Amino acid sequence: MARFVELGAAQGAGRTILCVGDWTAANARELERDIAELGLSPAERSAARIDISRLNTLDTAGAWLLTQLGRERADSTAAFVGASPKHATLLQRIAAYDPKAPASRPHDNPLLVPFIGLGRTVIGALRDVIAVNETQGRILGALAQTATFQAPLRLASFVNQFEQIILRAIPIVALISLVVGAIITQQTILQLRNFGASILVVDLAAILMFREIGVLLAAIMVAGRSGSAITAEIGSMRIREEFDALRVMGVDPYQALLLPRVFALVIGLPLLAFVGSMAGLLGAILVGQAYGGIPIETFILRLRDAMTVTSVAVGLLKAPFMGFLIGLLASLEGMKVQGSSESLGRRTTSSVVKSIFVVIVADGLFAIFFAAIKF
Amino acid sequence: MTQPASIMTVNDLEVGFGATTVIDGLSFDLRDGEILGLIGPSGSGKSVTLRAIVGLIAPRGGTVSFAGHTYSDLTMQQQAQVRRDWGVLFQQGALFSSLSVIENIEFPMREHLDMPPRLRRELARMKLDLVGLPPEAAWSYPAQLSGGMIKRAALARALALDPRILFLDEPTAGLDPIGAGKFDELIVTLSETLGLSVLMVTHDLDSLEAACDRIVALARGKLLKAGTLAEMRAADDPWLRDYFHGPRAHNPEG
Repeated sequence: MARFVELGAAQGAGRTILCVGDWTAANARELERDIAELGLSPAERSAARIDISRLNTLDTAGAWLLTQLGRERADSTAAFVGASPKHATLLQRIAAYDPKAPASRPHDNPLLVPFIGLGRTVIGALRDVIAVNETQGRILGALAQTATFQAPLRLASFVNQFEQIILRAIPIVALISLVVGAIITQQTILQLRNFGASILVVDLAAILMFREIGVLLAAIMVAGRSGSAITAEIGSMRIREEFDALRVMGVDPYQALLLPRVFALVIGLPLLAFVGSMAGLLGAILVGQAYGGIPIETFILRLRDAMTVTSVAVGLLKAPFMGFLIGLLASLEGMKVQGSSESLGRRTTSSVVKSIFVVIVADGLFAIFFAAIKF
Repeated sequence: MTQPASIMTVNDLEVGFGATTVIDGLSFDLRDGEILGLIGPSGSGKSVTLRAIVGLIAPRGGTVSFAGHTYSDLTMQQQAQVRRDWGVLFQQGALFSSLSVIENIEFPMREHLDMPPRLRRELARMKLDLVGLPPEAAWSYPAQLSGGMIKRAALARALALDPRILFLDEPTAGLDPIGAGKFDELIVTLSETLGLSVLMVTHDLDSLEAACDRIVALARGKLLKAGTLAEMRAADDPWLRDYFHGPRAHNPEG
């Protein structure tokens, strides 16, 4: 049973549609259903007189539905009978709105969508290559300016960033390195026992921790911890025009904001990698004693023969490059943030994913390189 | 002339943070269908008052009642019901940056109304037209809009649920005089057509003149004076005299 409309008797030219009750947005679904249930053809509807004298409340949604009732006639307000002054003003305003061509979201041709996506990806990758080079050039340029005393040395900023990015990461990096070192040692001892060569675990642990695991774990942790932080900081500064403010003040944002961060990463990551390697070695010693039955004295003695300065150097040489790559990608993604908070989130994710990916690929390339030069 | 009933009453409102008391016993009312301007020097607690009224800050004391019901005494459900009668326009618009303009306007309707999607879209487009935005703006994202368009889009979102009370926080701040003038006109027209009551925090003398029926002046967290523009001009409080007769004020006598 319709609650909001009643059909009056036919009267001369057309019928009367009597509207009652609350024509509000909250009742919109029922209103639409009631109107549909009248079962009037468009021609009948436009000929009808719409009596709204018994209408209780009317809001924009109700007014919209009312004007839609009489939309086929030239002057859609003419059909209304008995409107209160308040309702009449509202109806007049709503009737003045002319919904022309439906402004639906512009769509691409569905057949072309995969190609458009592919094209965007290729162009995006190309732009990324260019942008990486640009950012790298600007950071190195800023470094050169600072090195030649043409720009201030931002010591306070550097120290602050060093604390945030490196010092505060020491506990977590040391902890995961210790755990990973312990796990690797345990698994290795398990295998080497079969050959009665458990002692060789010392060689393996030392070389693996210092050449690969220490630096890789430190780099991945820093990429996750600080790469994201740098991107988010730079990104929100871009959204709030702080970046532009620096620029118009004649301060190079790369020099003032990015250089201290990248510099802290380049200087700090080798130190963090060393801390991580040592922690990993400690994990190896503990598990070696507890699980493999290798006394600490024996472990250390064996370590003297097994570990060379080269192993340590390989790890420490890789770290600054990885630090630079993390800083570079984090800055680059931060610079790409535009407008919305959604974009900020997307860029931060992308920064972390890209940094971790690049760090691992770089590690592989270094491994090939060092093998080729027999270092 | 009979005075229209008040739709919202602020009674003895007290708001503070830590040791400081920002609002200290403020009372005024908003009458049905009027546009009320809230003025006061910077730091006098205008925005805090607004935020306390809409429940974003818990007041220390005093009450806010809507249509005779004290807001803090209502149950959660009743409060939600009352809140649906409000539209709030934040100073910066506060449009959701990840949604397009039309999706922003549809958002409150989607949350609170059971409505066929096609009708909701149509209504949102009509709201866009009501606030004077072109239909092409529907699919723009807030970052692509100018300041004036953001204000209009945010107003359309505030109107999405057909509120009875509209709270505006500095609606004309950051707009050029022509844009601000048009915005004032828009608010007056909307208030007349939709039967809205409006509480407007403002610094804009032109807005007060063009749009506001009554003015409430705040100073140091207390009510300084409430009345019409003419009464305000006639007041002999030094701050009000400076405000309405200072170098930036237009003298009505010319």
